[in-house]
Amino acid sequence: MPHDADGTLLAVDNLKAWYAESQALHGVNFKVKKGELVTLIGRNGAGKSTTLRSIMGIVRNRQGSIKFEGQELIGLRTFQIARKGIAWCPEERGIFSDLSVRENLTLPPHLIEGGMTDDELMEAFPNLKARASSGGTQLSGGEQQMLAIARILRNGCKFLLLDEPSEGLAPVIVKEIGNQIRQLKARGYTILLVEQNLNFARAVADRHVVIEHGQVVDQLTNEELAANVDRVKTYLGV
Amino acid sequence: MFDGITPQLLFGQLLIGFINGSFYAMLAMGLAIIFGLMRVVNFAHGAQYMLGAFVAWLLLNIFGVPYWGALFIAPVVVAAFGLVMERLILKPIANLDHLYSLLITYAATLVIEGLIRQRYGSTGLPYSSPLPGGVNLGFMFMPWYRLWVVLFSAVTCLGTWLLIEHTKLGAYLRAANQAPEIVESFGINVPRMVTLTYAFGVGLAGLSGVLAAPIYQVSPSMGSTLMITIFAVVVIGGMGSIVGAIVTGYVLGILEGLTKVFYPEGANLVIFFIMLVVLIFRPGVQLNGKGN
Ligand SMILES: Nc1ncnc2c1ncn2[C@@H]1O[C@H](COP(=O)(O)OP(=O)(O)O)[C@@H](O)[C@H]1O
Ligand SMILES: [Mg+2]
Repeated sequence: MPHDADGTLLAVDNLKAWYAESQALHGVNFKVKKGELVTLIGRNGAGKSTTLRSIMGIVRNRQGSIKFEGQELIGLRTFQIARKGIAWCPEERGIFSDLSVRENLTLPPHLIEGGMTDDELMEAFPNLKARASSGGTQLSGGEQQMLAIARILRNGCKFLLLDEPSEGLAPVIVKEIGNQIRQLKARGYTILLVEQNLNFARAVADRHVVIEHGQVVDQLTNEELAANVDRVKTYLGV
Repeated sequence: MFDGITPQLLFGQLLIGFINGSFYAMLAMGLAIIFGLMRVVNFAHGAQYMLGAFVAWLLLNIFGVPYWGALFIAPVVVAAFGLVMERLILKPIANLDHLYSLLITYAATLVIEGLIRQRYGSTGLPYSSPLPGGVNLGFMFMPWYRLWVVLFSAVTCLGTWLLIEHTKLGAYLRAANQAPEIVESFGINVPRMVTLTYAFGVGLAGLSGVLAAPIYQVSPSMGSTLMITIFAVVVIGGMGSIVGAIVTGYVLGILEGLTKVFYPEGANLVIFFIMLVVLIFRPGVQLNGKGN
């Protein structure tokens, strides 16, 4: 069967991952279709970030299968995975303190046709334009998050791994980030979003994958989640 | 108390201090570049510097290539040697504790120096100055070749600093110093960048060796004696800081020269004394690579 018969872009199958001797993922299974916005939800330490880091090859000690457009990613180096069209925005944002905002923004090379130009980026994120020559870490938390998302749009990758973009930000900023993410989906990006903020997740996602103790324990569409909010809240421990 | 100090002595020692400082700066800069990206303390830096001088000597005495040719060829040869060294012995242990890279580059030093000593003996080989003569400035005599060394190394340090602080390539390096995995996630071939950065740092050591050949004797141990001082410079300048390495290199070279004039007994110790003071008052800073 061709990989895209049902529109599957990413297929994670029985994924296990380790940090040194300690196993963090115990057989994770889920799929993401092209154009979808899927969240990974679950409580702290469940393995959400590790799942993203395993897809990106940052965590290298992993088993199972991660297929992107039908091609196996396990065995590839991080830069090779990026060149297949996957971009990652880490939980700690990873803004480079020794680089200016402009340098941070323009660091990713144009890998794939269709990456946003510097002008388009500045237009889409106007508050970054005003701060272009500031040091990367002189930005507020919200601006740093915007910058972290903006810069991965430059290399043309169309599958985005976003790790808790709403974490630690004021509600107005969270709303703004939500708008940006919806716009990205409208532009045709496929997004796998790690979230603990249920309201934020519901406001942007098509589907939710619940992770607990390094395994997928539930999957719901956004409508199903609306009908089962209490059950999902117990997963999150809130 | 400073009665015996003539301008000739003062400026003569200042010049020597400046020359030594030029070598300290160039070598410490290469170490800092390598340490910043790889967290590898490149113990082999002195041996690679010595190789630069030796390659220049071999080029002249076997192939008849003069100094000006060696100035370009020898650093490339030494950088290529560094490239092979990174692939063969550093990459395989990149994920282990950094202590291993320190030990293995130390082992490489012993092997390189041993092989050269075996083949060419331990007495120094002469390398005559490509720019004999000099100019009398009135208060002192300035040999042309020393002037050339001061200028050339200043340009090299400045050029490397510009490359790292003000180009796209340098931005990749600065970013990867902080978070190599994020730079790699942008699709940049970081493993290759690591190899080339090591080769570049090693090439700088080779270039310093060529510059040194006409000043010091070309001998197997010329690097190891110098390296002890260079490590002190790097510790004082803040491990991994390029500007820190350059500035500290020059300042300490000159301080050392001045100490020879005003307190000759302390000249060999002054750098280590400063290192001690720095270690006492800035604990931790020189180890995390982010000195301020
Ligand atoms: N760098 C690391 N080294 C060792 N263990 C880690 C590391 N990062 C995460 N872990 C462990 O892996 C598990 C999953 O963590 P993580 O994926 O970060 O969880 P989440 O993102 O869902 O909060 C946790 O038990 C955590 O302690
Ligand atoms: Mg996390």
